[in-house]
Amino acid sequence: MPGALDTLHRVVTPENIDLQAEAAGPLSRCLAYLVDLALRTGVMIVLGLLTLPLGQVGGGLLLLAWFLLDWFYPVMFEVLARGQTPGKRMLGLRVVNSDLSPVGWNVSLIRNLLRTVDFLPMGNLLALLSMCMSERFQRLGDLAAGTLVIYVPQVPRGVPLPGVPTMAPPLPLSPDEAQAIINFTRRSHQLSGERQRELAAVLEPARPARASDPVAYWQGVGLGLMGES
Amino acid sequence: MKQAEFERQHTSLWQSYEATLDGDAATASALPGLYRNVCAHLSLAKQRRYSPELIGRLNDLASRGYFVLYGASHRHQRLWLRFFAVDFPRTIAKNRRYVLGAVLLFVLPGLAMGLSAYFTEDVIYSMFHPSEVRHFEAMYDPANARVGRERDAGDDWMMFAHYVYNNIGIAFRTFATGLLFGLGSAFFLVYNGLAMGGVAGHLTRAGYGVTFYPFVIGHGALELTAIALSGAAGLRLGAALLMPGKLSRLNALRGAAGESAIIIYGASAMLLVAAAVEAFWSSRSALPDGLRLGVGTILWLLVLFYLCSGRKRGT
Repeated sequence: MPGALDTLHRVVTPENIDLQAEAAGPLSRCLAYLVDLALRTGVMIVLGLLTLPLGQVGGGLLLLAWFLLDWFYPVMFEVLARGQTPGKRMLGLRVVNSDLSPVGWNVSLIRNLLRTVDFLPMGNLLALLSMCMSERFQRLGDLAAGTLVIYVPQVPRGVPLPGVPTMAPPLPLSPDEAQAIINFTRRSHQLSGERQRELAAVLEPARPARASDPVAYWQGVGLGLMGES
Repeated sequence: MKQAEFERQHTSLWQSYEATLDGDAATASALPGLYRNVCAHLSLAKQRRYSPELIGRLNDLASRGYFVLYGASHRHQRLWLRFFAVDFPRTIAKNRRYVLGAVLLFVLPGLAMGLSAYFTEDVIYSMFHPSEVRHFEAMYDPANARVGRERDAGDDWMMFAHYVYNNIGIAFRTFATGLLFGLGSAFFLVYNGLAMGGVAGHLTRAGYGVTFYPFVIGHGALELTAIALSGAAGLRLGAALLMPGKLSRLNALRGAAGESAIIIYGASAMLLVAAAVEAFWSSRSALPDGLRLGVGTILWLLVLFYLCSGRKRGT
């Protein structure tokens, strides 16, 4: 199983199915952080210009705004916008509990207050160390709150299938063999003609003599196995 | 069954399921049933090794339903009255060992520093720069007409924001650095204790106590206790790492984090009120000192009574 190596996070639900999500690594999370930082800075500059004519009261409001943005900007978005600050949305990330359910106030508050420690000794160094050493790229705040950052799954588009006539398999196939032929058909648009002929040659002994083009024949068998007509 | 046939059979179900997820109220009650169907389809698709695209799509559909069905309901998070009446005092009572530890770490260095600053002239300069000492001497000099800071109503707002930003920031940092095996929290508690004790002792020695204590007693009731409480929440985190008991360190930390979040909510609310008291009440030096001292004492009693109220319910 590739499970030990890759970054897939599996969760078994009460319905006894396992849901999968891909944990996001330090680079995309850092980029999301920078986007958020830029956004927050922009908001502060605009607010600063708006409150400039208000004198001391304006200064007070600005300081309050800074306090709220500094500590609660990620919390508000993570709880109210389904685990996504604007930066995370842009990078396609989402904060979830380790059982993939959405985060609540307590959890989000913990993971964001503990940023103070993740930032130590400078430039999020502890966070980076912790991410590299934990299984699911979790910084210290994530570990304490029991959260992780995942990629929002991109609903995959269909792949173009080769336009060849459907064929019946020449002999009974095991599930693994059928899967191999289906994958060969589905990847035809990604493989060069040379490589396709090379792969089809592997199956040469099983090909009936009447099929003239081995590539088209096995693609047709694949289509048949998938149930396309 | 072949994949194309499978998709043809179930596409309409998946579509109505998706419509329900997107907020189609008419079919909301059908969601659990539809969700179980989609879960079954996902298992089938995996077992029959349908294409990764189909499995990915079903995984996404099932995940979204799982989010909706098992996610925390926002309705149950607005019980703030229950929070202040029950949860917060009870959590404090449950963690009274850490609260006691934090109070000692805060008060003992404060007392020691206060007494030494009261009895000796120059110990305050080991903690503060002479210009800082002159600054807070000037703030509380009884010769000044208005004690605290010279200011009008606009300044009150500015100071309120400053207190919120500064004090709650200190509380958050005192809490968060507890993750470093409690050392950060202990450091901030001791440091703040030393600083406040030093200032109090020095001003009392200088004979400025008549202006200093009426000013600080009111908001101090909320502010000092809240700082100690956030320190206690931090010590709770550190203790979970140092003494996890029968749990793994990670699980002990998660349990501690949930409880300390409750303490932090309460402490933040107290600091918010403290900032308002400090900005709009404590600075009213025109009011008689006796009134401010009396109100301050009542505040202290109320706060301590409230914070200890969790014990009666038994934990």
